[in-house]
Amino acid sequence: MAERIVVDPITRIEGHLRIEAKVENGKIVDAWSSGTMFRGIEKILQGRDPRDAWYITQRFCGVCTTVHSIASIRAVENALGIQIPYNAELIRNIIMGSQAVQDHIIHFYHLHALDWVDITSALKADPKKTAALQQSISDWKYSSEDYFKSVQDRIAAFASTGRLGPFANAYWGHSAYKLPPEANLMATAHYLQALELQKEIIKTHAVLGSKNPHPQTFLVGGMSIPIDPNSQNAINADKIAMILEYNKLAKEFVEKVYIPDVLAVAPFYLDWAGIGAGHKNYMSYGEYPESQKGYPNDLWLPGGIIKGGDLSNVIEVDQAKIAEDCAHSWYMDKSSKHPYDGQSDKNYTGPMPPYDYLDVDKDYSFVKAPRYDGEPMEVGPLSRMLIAYAKGHKEVVPVVDAVLGKLGAGPAALFSTLGRTAARAIETLVTSQRNEKWIMALAANIKAGDYQIHSGEKWEPATWPANAKGYGWHEAPRGALGHWIVIENGAIKNYQAVVPSTWNAGPMDKGDVHGPYEQSLIGTPIADPDKPLEILRTIHSFDPCLACAIHVYDEKGELRSKVKVL
Amino acid sequence: MSLRQILQSYDVSRRDFMKYCTALSATLALPPAFAPQIAEALENTDNRPSVIWMEFQSCSGDSESLLRSGRPKVGDLILDVLSVDYMEVIMAAAGHLAEEAKHSTMERYKGKYLLIIEGAIPTNEDGIDCCIAGDTALNHLKKAAEGAAAIIAVGNCASFGGIPAGHPNPTEAKGVADIVSGKPIINLPGCPMNCDNLTALVVHYLVFGSLPAVDKHLRPKFAYGKRIHDNCERRAHFDAGQYTEKWGDEGHRQGWCLYKVGCKGTQSFHNCPTLRWNDGLSWPVMAGHGCVGCSEPGFMDTMAPFYRRLPAIPGFGV
Repeated sequence: MAERIVVDPITRIEGHLRIEAKVENGKIVDAWSSGTMFRGIEKILQGRDPRDAWYITQRFCGVCTTVHSIASIRAVENALGIQIPYNAELIRNIIMGSQAVQDHIIHFYHLHALDWVDITSALKADPKKTAALQQSISDWKYSSEDYFKSVQDRIAAFASTGRLGPFANAYWGHSAYKLPPEANLMATAHYLQALELQKEIIKTHAVLGSKNPHPQTFLVGGMSIPIDPNSQNAINADKIAMILEYNKLAKEFVEKVYIPDVLAVAPFYLDWAGIGAGHKNYMSYGEYPESQKGYPNDLWLPGGIIKGGDLSNVIEVDQAKIAEDCAHSWYMDKSSKHPYDGQSDKNYTGPMPPYDYLDVDKDYSFVKAPRYDGEPMEVGPLSRMLIAYAKGHKEVVPVVDAVLGKLGAGPAALFSTLGRTAARAIETLVTSQRNEKWIMALAANIKAGDYQIHSGEKWEPATWPANAKGYGWHEAPRGALGHWIVIENGAIKNYQAVVPSTWNAGPMDKGDVHGPYEQSLIGTPIADPDKPLEILRTIHSFDPCLACAIHVYDEKGELRSKVKVL
Repeated sequence: MSLRQILQSYDVSRRDFMKYCTALSATLALPPAFAPQIAEALENTDNRPSVIWMEFQSCSGDSESLLRSGRPKVGDLILDVLSVDYMEVIMAAAGHLAEEAKHSTMERYKGKYLLIIEGAIPTNEDGIDCCIAGDTALNHLKKAAEGAAAIIAVGNCASFGGIPAGHPNPTEAKGVADIVSGKPIINLPGCPMNCDNLTALVVHYLVFGSLPAVDKHLRPKFAYGKRIHDNCERRAHFDAGQYTEKWGDEGHRQGWCLYKVGCKGTQSFHNCPTLRWNDGLSWPVMAGHGCVGCSEPGFMDTMAPFYRRLPAIPGFGV
């Protein structure tokens, strides 16, 4: 017998996401992903100074709080043909790298872990055995019996108030939770540790960019943090030492806690290496320019496309083949459009609130459906790691092989919910290790006497051509991100962003082909339709960011073709 | 378990705890003599105010800002100082069980809970542009406001409409105070809000049992009572006529005034220069970028373009 289930709100994500699924005989047979909020930021950008766009698009998202700034300044620089100084390129790498590491840590411990870890079971753990477990997986400093006893006491005291706050009403005790109490206690301790750690390691953004969230330091043509080893108001030796220290903290935690945790937890959930694959199409634009030639040359992580899980053939990305489809989205124009031409006039035809179900046979989301050469693509850490792996990447291959070896699985196991989670951990490790190299490269360049942080050329709009257009790409924590800008007479004429969660969370296209979230849910077992923990596992494995995904606008006063009242 | 007991479990001494309370009294613009009262409020067993934190047209930047809290540490803040009974970014529950958690909080703590709103509220087409659990942000806000002891709007969007309300405001986005009436409302604008100001506000509420004095834009005076320009560490350079002219020039490297490259500190009221961000580490001007005025009503339109210098600000050599 078929049953329709709804999860809304999907919590522990950025933004407003709704999942509806059809469950038959304990399995999902069909699924629909819907984004239910938009703001119209692309419309708001029109007519503004292109140099302000980074600040405004940064507000697409406060979780991945640097990524739209990067894509935006790159788009304007691409349109105007600006080459930025090497220092600025390195500072951007450090900011992007520290963002990726911190964001992935928050994702794993605070947004995703509670899908696998039952905090209530931690109360039953033996602290002595927990200490032994911790000591068996790494030489992390917090590993004593006393320490785990104090964490357990803290949880017990918290629970005894009867006011569980953010832990109330969850799926605790669900049959899909498989960890022994000791592993649950260890993971809960790490949840609390990571909560304090994430705010420390992201101080790199405060040092280089004034604050986090929303660092205020980006400029078209470079960065606004000056460099001068003989000034206290600029990047100097002291500030280099600070960011090195934050990165060291991050790296140590990833090496001694995050990676060992994934390896310790995964064996209890190996069935999830066979669940949640989806289309097996993966795309990355590539990231982290390392040479003096600047972006997009000599990228540390390569770009490319893998189709149908075929790791033997990585295709190059051609931006002309990207288009957005609105066949099942709440927009007027149903045709596929390249982002330069994207014009999204809203046309909400869904049910009037309050509603129980969306009309999934028709239009059901504010998210569009991006396609590459007509096909859906999954983007994110898994795509990046697979493409790097397939291309024989020096730092990525050994870590992927080591993780697969420990789990006794082949590369095909990565095409899964568990694979996404493991790939994110792998990326966090290699990025935290690489970040040190960029910091030292910056120090070396300063030592060589180069203090330049801004190109200076073409800063004034009077120096620009009357018409220009360009695009900026960035591999954000959640995947391939692109901004496309059209500039006319010094002002923004058109602006479109095709973001990671648009690729992943999009609805069906004109051929009724599902988006990646939807496709990956089909076939997932559901033990209790009233507590669909399994849906959270797969959806969270993508790390959704919905405010990013919907940024298009509504043209006021237009006709609403149909209103359906349930 | 009180915050004091938690801190004890971390080996925080009584002396350090009192130092922390004194620092908090400074953030609140109170004399140090208030530290014992603050300590008492924080030491009470489970007097945690129940918090319902709702996000509408937001980017979650204010939720993230909460997670950067250092005073008290973030874990203590969200578990031991507050009872965060609904907050989508961190809560374990999802779907209808999350909604149930919210409804039972609204029942159980009727008239007592703090309602924190992040993000603007779209009013276009009866609010269809933001739906959660099948209903509009507009309806969610109105229902939750009824039983709230007070409403705190965090960030510029919830305070004044912020980013989505930028011209031409396609979704007719508004701030809380333009929608709810008959309830105490406090605005903590900023993009995002500075978490230390939220903490200070909560402590004020716990210590005095009332909300702090506000300005005409409903911003607490302890945080928004002074102009950035008047507290700016680069003010002496403005007065001396020393300006950054170009990015990376000698003046920029030496920390001179950013007025000529677009700083809006002369038009903005916020305690950024004294409180700073991320445990007091830095703030935009300190890191070489001008203020963009994110704590003001009408932001962004009254402040953009961000890099054009403001006209007619008297100073030497301008």
